[in-house]
Amino acid sequence: MSLGSLVAGVRQGWWTSRKFRTGFQRSLATFLILIGAVVFLIPLLWMVRTSLMHGGEIFLQPIRLFPEHVLWENYPKAIKAIPYPLFARNTVLTTLLSMVGSIGSSCLIAYAFARLRAPGKEIWFALVLITMMLPDAVRLVPTYLLFRLFGWLDTFKSLIVPQYFGNAFYIFMLRQFFMTLPRELDDAAKIDGCGFFSIFWRVILPLSRPALATVAIFSFYSNWNNFMEPMIFLNSMEKYTLPLGLSFYINVRGLTEWNLLMAASVMPIIPCVVLFFLGQRYFVQGIALTGLKG
Amino acid sequence: MRSIVAVSAAKGTIAWRPFARLSMRRRETLAFYAFLSPWIVGFVVLTAGPMLASLALSLTRYQIISPPKFIGLDNYATMLFGDPLVWQSLRVTALYALGSVFLTVICAFVVAMLMNQRIFGIDLFRTIYYLPSSISGVPLAILWMSIFNPEFGILNVGLGLLGIQGPDWIWSPVWVLPAFIIMSLWNIGGMMIIFLAGLQGVPQHLYEASELDGAGPLTKFRHVTLPMVSPVVLFNVVMSVIAAFQVFTNAFVMTNGGPGNASLFYVLYLYRNAFQYGGMGYACALAWLLLVITLALVLIIFRSSPYWVYYEGELAG
Repeated sequence: MSLGSLVAGVRQGWWTSRKFRTGFQRSLATFLILIGAVVFLIPLLWMVRTSLMHGGEIFLQPIRLFPEHVLWENYPKAIKAIPYPLFARNTVLTTLLSMVGSIGSSCLIAYAFARLRAPGKEIWFALVLITMMLPDAVRLVPTYLLFRLFGWLDTFKSLIVPQYFGNAFYIFMLRQFFMTLPRELDDAAKIDGCGFFSIFWRVILPLSRPALATVAIFSFYSNWNNFMEPMIFLNSMEKYTLPLGLSFYINVRGLTEWNLLMAASVMPIIPCVVLFFLGQRYFVQGIALTGLKG
Repeated sequence: MRSIVAVSAAKGTIAWRPFARLSMRRRETLAFYAFLSPWIVGFVVLTAGPMLASLALSLTRYQIISPPKFIGLDNYATMLFGDPLVWQSLRVTALYALGSVFLTVICAFVVAMLMNQRIFGIDLFRTIYYLPSSISGVPLAILWMSIFNPEFGILNVGLGLLGIQGPDWIWSPVWVLPAFIIMSLWNIGGMMIIFLAGLQGVPQHLYEASELDGAGPLTKFRHVTLPMVSPVVLFNVVMSVIAAFQVFTNAFVMTNGGPGNASLFYVLYLYRNAFQYGGMGYACALAWLLLVITLALVLIIFRSSPYWVYYEGELAG
């Protein structure tokens, strides 16, 4: 019974006791959470289910929840329908090389903002923040022309090289994290004779695993699923990445073989989901860090 | 960058001597800019440079095969007064942004509150709610194309079970934007995590103090939770608005702007002008308009923030 409700003259009963209210709250919350979880999972389950079905079974009414015979062959079939391994190889290559670039450069830059002082530092950081809000579209056409000038069009360079110059979002996140590490560690290292880079390499980085893991995951997602840049910068089909190749699938084969289409779509998702489960702990920490300070 | 000890130990390494002779402050400044150099180069070559070039190109007619031809503010005139598709795409994008930001922020907030309960297995549920956000791009688009299928998609079939005749979703000019908004609701995981972190940052003693004053759950929410979480709301709203104005992949893959330009998102229209209609100058003008609109919106949101955002540690009055 809260004092307030007593004072306000609200009738007391079993429904106002704290025990009931907390229990009620909990049950209601659990109920809502369960319903929401089911709704959220339905599309994913649908996708997997359809990918393992026979073509005729997919749209039968009433809806079949499980395929009659689990058609694992749909997956090899989907792989053969378009140059899947080639696209996958391209995607893996560009993603890994881009990740190295974006993480590496963002770390170095974030270290500068977090630990080093210099005149003009605030201005540069303000520029980083502003960049986070810029629409990519405003750089699109000139960047395309620039790459055309360099002869980078239709090569992976156009996708990979820009990543080696820092990513505003990762810089921001890493800087926030570096700033939480105690400066005494830096000082201790300095006494031991470390220069700025050594401090970065031997003190800051090893302690930054959660933040690095988070940035790595974000970088993976961003590059693995990227559609716009590969579409604009790549021309020949041998260079296509998976997202491009998949969209090709829709146009070429039409929307007829849904089971193969689903199988082809499930495969690129698998690394994303696996990575998510592996990096979950770091992930939540990482996102939270950005949101609070933003 | 050698350490101080190493420098003095190395006999006569000319390259490092000058560095060692600099004052601490100078050395730090030099180091700062050395570490920052990738960003500086990147900013000039890949951001500032292209932005200025974009501005310059927006004053030309440029069709790539021939050199750019200066036409002054013609592009801007056409864009604002002579091209109904510009306004159409702005309308589509703005409507989407309005619906999507509003609904996703509210839903993410509600789900975050649910995720904040101390219930057995809550970790599993947080995973389930975040999971869809790890999926994006073309597979996501394909998945939703199948869900939205008017005859066989599970959405309409599900509605049919409830006795409702489902609409044509992305094949209907009226329902295509609601369809995109529904899609965006599936990906609220990221925002949810940020809200969750914000909620967990609200000091418990505030709730206890309010309970002593007789606050019920609704009051606690209105007077403790909301104000303390308002900075997070601000952040999420701003980021969502910025993202909403840049929708491209889903529109391109799923509807290609149709039916009848009902889902012609702004960036899609820009892309078409640049790479399909050969109007690169015009596309640059469109891009700068987008920039101006985005900045204006962000500014408006920030300007309004003192009225509804509460920051801890602010002086009263």
